[in-house]
This record gives sequence, structure tokens and C-alpha cells, in this order.
Amino acid sequence: MSSSANNGRALPRAGRALPWALVTPALGWTLLFFVLPFIAMGLSSLTAHEGGGFTLSNYSQFFTNPSYWQAMVNSLQVTAIVTVISVLLAYPFAWILAEQVPERWQRLALMLAVLPFWTSYVVRSYSWLLVLAQNGVVNRALTGSGLFAEPLQLANTRFATVTGFVHFFVMLLTLTIFANLKQLSPSYRKAAADLGAGPVRTFLHVVLPLTLPGIMVGAFLTFVLCIGDYITPQILGGNNELLMPQLVMMQIGRRGDFPLASALSIILMAVVTIAYLACARWLKIERT
Amino acid sequence: MRQLLRIASWLYAVLVYGFIFLPVIVLVLFSLQATSFPIPPFTGPSLRWYDAVLSDTRLTSALVNSLLVASISSLAAVTLGFLCAWGLARFVLPGSGLLRGLITLPLTVSYLIIGMGLLVLFNWAGVPKSLLAAGIGHVVINLPLCFAIIYSQMGDHQINIERAARDLGAPEWKVLLLITVPVMAPAIFAGFFLSMTFSWDEFVISFLLTRFDTTLPVEIWNLLRSGLNPKTNAVGSLVFAVSIVLVVLFELTLLRRRKA
Repeated sequence: MSSSANNGRALPRAGRALPWALVTPALGWTLLFFVLPFIAMGLSSLTAHEGGGFTLSNYSQFFTNPSYWQAMVNSLQVTAIVTVISVLLAYPFAWILAEQVPERWQRLALMLAVLPFWTSYVVRSYSWLLVLAQNGVVNRALTGSGLFAEPLQLANTRFATVTGFVHFFVMLLTLTIFANLKQLSPSYRKAAADLGAGPVRTFLHVVLPLTLPGIMVGAFLTFVLCIGDYITPQILGGNNELLMPQLVMMQIGRRGDFPLASALSIILMAVVTIAYLACARWLKIERT
Repeated sequence: MRQLLRIASWLYAVLVYGFIFLPVIVLVLFSLQATSFPIPPFTGPSLRWYDAVLSDTRLTSALVNSLLVASISSLAAVTLGFLCAWGLARFVLPGSGLLRGLITLPLTVSYLIIGMGLLVLFNWAGVPKSLLAAGIGHVVINLPLCFAIIYSQMGDHQINIERAARDLGAPEWKVLLLITVPVMAPAIFAGFFLSMTFSWDEFVISFLLTRFDTTLPVEIWNLLRSGLNPKTNAVGSLVFAVSIVLVVLFELTLLRRRKA
């Protein structure tokens, strides 16, 4: 089959110009509006905000200013907490959808489970602010039931940021893990049962190891999207503790300091790249 | 044992569904609030905040802007992505693996950094902040997505249909328009639809690259400065409704295709 595909690719009548004409628009767009901005950002990060000469101070500031350093620590902590909680919540949920819900209802059940995923990201964070506000639904329920005398400080905390993130990533991970579980051939489970394994052993020794690569890919996706997000921490976390994207945006908003914002963006990207290289072994997406 | 697992499963599923829908329910419920704070107790139902949204020209023009940016940028992204996928899937080009990697690279970079880069570049080049600038950014994020979806769907049997058309004497442009585009329609549609929803929802690039005329997510962001407000609930519920309609249409179209 693959040899016939290769034969099909050798085109008799078109010259070399046609394929390049097809590829060039997309390639040009990517070079002009993705690669070139990246180079511009790199150059900008090496210039002084005042005066414009060459300097490394935008980078050295990150390592010497404890509040910048702290933003990276906060970002990594929040992202790690969010990734772990989301995977732990989503896996059993996806498993229930894939194994306990009758086949004909599964599509509907999954669609419902990820419906809020499609709503506006800004609106979703705002909705959590409503839920967690000082006199919001949760606090009313807690004080109304007599559990707490005073409303809890839930909004503008790390707890709120994590809740908003987990809400989004549980839906995303449910989608990916569900797809993973459905791809498992039932014959694996049958074989395990034939060999005398109970449901628990089958799950631990067959289902879980086989879905682990999919979980890793989902967890990495969560990490990348979470660490680069500005909206959720800004709306729900407030300015009590800064995460990296908030720090980047602050440089542009308040002081118009593009060089420092560029340097911080590049550092953030470097951390993601290092994380990718560290996990690359487990992230092999197998072609089926 | 089996019974116990069933009960536990049900309980767990209900709890997670509750967690997923809690903010949406609170959002929609308090958009119908009659008084000016979207917090308990519920005083509605009333449509006054929907009235307020629809008579707010900033919000309605932002809505039109969002739809324009989303449809035009998605059309550009899907066209560029399709041509590139066709070129790379059908012809042997030197360094095609590298090209594929380069085209899909923006998928791995966060929107904030893509927006920052464009802001720095446009700032240097003297390009003013505008909807066009934001639209350019949206093509950057959606082009790799469209390319990846369409490229992954270009299989061998489509190559054979195209070859048959060529053997029968069709020129390249006829093969493209009459064979490839119709055959690839589901993937093209999926790419276009996903681009629409991502562009419709995109905030940070629009926030960085527009100034006065802006998109709906940025305008909603501006509303947030006034704190909790039922008007924000109302516009949020409307945005939610639009997204649901898009998703349901998408599902129905896909299902019909699958049955056909």
C-alpha cells in the first residue's frame, strides 16, 4: 500500500513549481508572523528599556529579583497541583463514561460532560468568581447551613485559580482519556479474565498501563496550556500572588517595558521546552 | 461487589457533572436576576440585563467584530492549511519533514507568547493595533491546526481518485476543485469549525493587538472591571448559547455524514 502511495506522489505533468506554489503561502505566513516575531522578541529581550543599547540585564533581573523568581515558582506549583488533581479527577470519570454508561448513551454523556468546555474562556473564569465570591453561592450555602459563621475568603486566592483551572482541564482530560479507553481492544480484557484476573487486577495490570501513554500526553498538554494562561489567574487569583503570564502582562501594561516582557516570555518558553525534553521519552505518540 | 461499584460510579459521575455544570448554572440563573447584584438570593426572572446587553453598542459592535475576525481568519487559515497539506501529502519535496514541523510548531507555543511576539514586531514595524492585526494572529494559531487535521486525513484512496482524474486528462486545477476539495470536505469543514470556535473565544492575542475596536472576549474583560454584574452574566450566557449552537450543528453535520 505504501509503495502505491509513493508512486502516486510522483506527478507526471506538473513541474517543480506547483508543489512549492502550494506550500509557499502557509510557509510564508509562518515565517513572517511566527518566526520573525520570535526573532524580534529575542532581539528586544537583549536591548535596554531606556536607551536601547545591548544588555543582558533583562535576563539577569529574573534571577536576581526575588519577586520575579517567585512568580516562576508559583507558576510551577500551581501547574503541578492542577495537573495532578485534574488527572486524578478525570480518569475515573472517563472510565465510568467508557465502561459503565450503556453504549448508546455514551456519545450524549460525553458531549454533556464537555459542554462548558466550548464556552468562552473569560466567561468561564468569571462564572467561578460568581460561585466563589464573598457572598456567592458557596459561601451562602456554607453560612446558611451553619457550618461556618463567617464567609470564607475563596475568591482572589490560589484555591480559586486552581479550581478554575481544574474545571477546564478535567473536561479536556476526560476527552483524551475517554478516547484512549475506547481504543483499547476488548480482547485484552477478555484475555485477562480468561487467565483468571478479577476486575481490579485487570484494571491495574492491563487497562491502566495501556492507557498510561495517553495520560502522559494529556498531562503534558495540561502543563503547557496551564503555565501559559493569563486569564484564569488574573480573574480568579487576583493580584495577591503573581504567576508568570501575569508578570509578563504587567510589564507591558504598566510600564510599556517590552524588552523585559520579551525576556520573561522567552524564559517561560524555555521552561516549557525543558519540561518537554524531560518528558519526551514518555510522550511518544504512536502512529496507528 | 458489582452493585457497589455501580452505585459508587453513579455517585462519582453525578458529583463531577455537578462540578462541571455548577458555574454554568450559576451564570445563566443570575443573568435573569431582577436586581443589580448577581448573588443570592435570586430575585428574577427578568430579562432586563439582556435588554441592557442588546442596547449596548460597544458590546454589539464587538460581537460583529468577533464574528468578522473569526470567519475571515478561519477562511484564511483553512485555505492556507489545505493548500499546504495538499502540497506536502501529494508531492515529494526536499525537507518535507522539516516543513511539516515548522508549520505545526505554533501549536506548541502559548497564545500569550505568540501575541507578545507579534506585538513587539508590529511595534517595531509601526503597524498600528487593529482588528486586522488580531486577525493575523488568529491565522497564526489556527493555520497549524487546519494543516494537521487536513494532512492527517489525506489517505491513499484519495490519491487514487485524483490519479484517475489525471489519467482521464483533467488539468491540476480541475483535480483540485472537482476532486480533492469535495473528497476532503469533512476535514476542511472540521478545520474551519475548530478555527471559528478558537478565534471566537480567543482573548489574549486580541487584547494585545487591538485598541478601540475590539472583539467580544476583550469587551467582556473590560466589563469585569466593574466587578460582579448581571449584565456580564447576560452577555456570558449569550456567548455560551452561540457556542452550544455551533457545537450542536457540528455534531449533527458529522453524524449525518457518518450515516450517509
